[in-house]
Amino acid sequence: MSKMKGAIVVNTDRCKGCQLCIVACPKDVIALAQKKVNVHGYPYVESAVPDNCIGCAACATVCPDGCITVYRKKVEE
Amino acid sequence: MVEQDVKLMKGNEAIAHAAIRCGADGYFGYPITPQSEIIETLAALKPWETTGMVVLQAESEVASINMIYGGAGAGKRVLTSSSSPGVALMQEGISYMAGAELPGVFVNVQRGGPGLGTIQPSQSDYFQATRGGGNGDYNVIVLAPNSVQEMADFVDLAFELAFKYRNPAMILSDGVIGQMMEKVILPPMKPRRTEEQIQKECPWASMGRSGDRKPNIITSLELKPEVMEVRNLHLQEKYRQIRENEVRFESHLCEDADYVIVSFGSAARIGEKAVELARERGLKVGLFRPITLWPFPSKQIAELCKGKKGVLVSEINAGQMVQDVRLAINGALPVEHFGRLGGIVPDPEEIVKALEEKLVK
Amino acid sequence: MANDIISPENLVYKKPTLMNDTTMHYCPGCSHGVVHKLVAEVIEEMGMSDKTIGVCPVGCAVFAYRYLDIDWQEAPHGRAPAVATGVKRLWPDRLVFTYQGDGDLACIGTAETIHALNRGENIPIIFINNAIYGMTGGQMAPTTLLGQKTATCPYGRDPELHGYNLNITELASHLKGTCYVTRQSVDTVASINKAKRAIRKAFEASMQGKGSSLIEIVATCNSGWKLSPVKANEWMRENMFPEYEKGDLKDTTGL
Repeated sequence: MSKMKGAIVVNTDRCKGCQLCIVACPKDVIALAQKKVNVHGYPYVESAVPDNCIGCAACATVCPDGCITVYRKKVEE
Repeated sequence: MVEQDVKLMKGNEAIAHAAIRCGADGYFGYPITPQSEIIETLAALKPWETTGMVVLQAESEVASINMIYGGAGAGKRVLTSSSSPGVALMQEGISYMAGAELPGVFVNVQRGGPGLGTIQPSQSDYFQATRGGGNGDYNVIVLAPNSVQEMADFVDLAFELAFKYRNPAMILSDGVIGQMMEKVILPPMKPRRTEEQIQKECPWASMGRSGDRKPNIITSLELKPEVMEVRNLHLQEKYRQIRENEVRFESHLCEDADYVIVSFGSAARIGEKAVELARERGLKVGLFRPITLWPFPSKQIAELCKGKKGVLVSEINAGQMVQDVRLAINGALPVEHFGRLGGIVPDPEEIVKALEEKLVK
Repeated sequence: MANDIISPENLVYKKPTLMNDTTMHYCPGCSHGVVHKLVAEVIEEMGMSDKTIGVCPVGCAVFAYRYLDIDWQEAPHGRAPAVATGVKRLWPDRLVFTYQGDGDLACIGTAETIHALNRGENIPIIFINNAIYGMTGGQMAPTTLLGQKTATCPYGRDPELHGYNLNITELASHLKGTCYVTRQSVDTVASINKAKRAIRKAFEASMQGKGSSLIEIVATCNSGWKLSPVKANEWMRENMFPEYEKGDLKDTTGL
């Protein structure tokens, strides 16, 4: 059986930690990086549960700063 | 000999004809007395069917100056026209154009003020024109025609100067010159520039990022004070160059004169007659006419007035250009002012009388 | 696992090419960024990158020109539709759009907005309505809701004192020169996709000479509203959408 697997890459220097992506993600993949800030002093998000990502791009679509790049691939289980 | 295109028309009409002939791409304006013939003539001539020039009546002077901003920012030769209260409304846009270094042309056919004032002629916008008029440290090139012929000739000149320096240029006329009919030789037809010519002449223009060039941004905004200061200094250096190179003036019977009348625009025509009357009475009087009000011919006035007995600045206002003349003369000889207000155009006789009373005594 | 997936052939979403790497000055979660992305995507997809001139407002989007690599003109406050009229009339084959906020478009620039729309200028106007003046620090806007608190109506907008909020998009839909008037939002994936289609339609309509378009985006200003970005979206749905109802108000484009 094949299944869609996804992955995201967050441009953490661009991220402002608004968390809209966290809410948009249907699989609860994304979370704020704990106790970390970027060069601008913003907290930023990361893929906390990468295995759950389905590559739907909801996070990247709602991201106001264009920080997230999304990849998706069909994989055999 | 080439047959010249001699016509009889109003100053306002001459502006319209000249705009089409000098390859203007667009006119945007709003009706106001005493200059509505400019847009009316353009509408009647329908240049969009011949040269392709756009003519549009805007919803206000605020809108028309911003249409000029847009057109000039996109590299086009565009002009607008208005009269004093309308030009007051345009000051925001003119300041933005100066700040963004845009080469637009605007015509002010002045009427008396303040406020709604009168529809009769006046020269009371001299300060507004020559001091910038809007917010910030800037200058606009100001040409003051004194005939219908110069109304026609200065349109192309204003465009040439505006594009040479990337700066707004104004034709500061008044109700006398705008409304009077006179013989005029219209300038020869010049084709509008092609897209390639515009790209070459205006590599800064915001007209679509062709090829792989960086985006062109038309703006006057900069939040970093150190960068903004550099931009301002650049503007000031440009203004210095304009002052150096673009002063225009005319003098008439000044060589042997004891007294000099300094006047611009329509007042200079009356001044010429005053010189004639004064000389009939044995008074040696000459006339100096600044053609560019900014840059002002300060050095030239100072030079020409050396050894004279006095200067009368005759203008149709309460005393505006007289300040620039006093700065130029710098106390070397008496400088007096004569003016009529509220739309009254002085007659030559009263100018001679003022000269006699204020200077000859 | 992720490393196998992260490779160019598996790419499904990235920041549009026209959006450069300059960090945007907008507050975290601001709707402007999403709309900027949509504008960039539409211009790219239409193949108009080298034929587009954007006109920015005064307000939060004053620096839009820093972020999208197209030619821009920065207009005086409220005058973007007049500036765009000048550009479009003189370069009719170019894609010329304005991008304005509620203070710029529906207050100081009301005359320019109404008349450009009514003349049927072939210009799409993108109108970000977040019911507040963001850039100047959260003052009352023409679109501020009744009862809504801002820095200049700290006890809530009271019609007796401040007058009513202006629904300019409804007004625009009655103008003969408009071909497409719509109200959208960018708070969910579905609404973002709809908003993008609306922008695309308006841009296409302008290039086909069909007249003017107004695309209102009901948006958040979480800093001005003093809410988190997530809460701001909720507040918007609860309070803005009933007053600023989403959907097409007019569409004669045939597109």
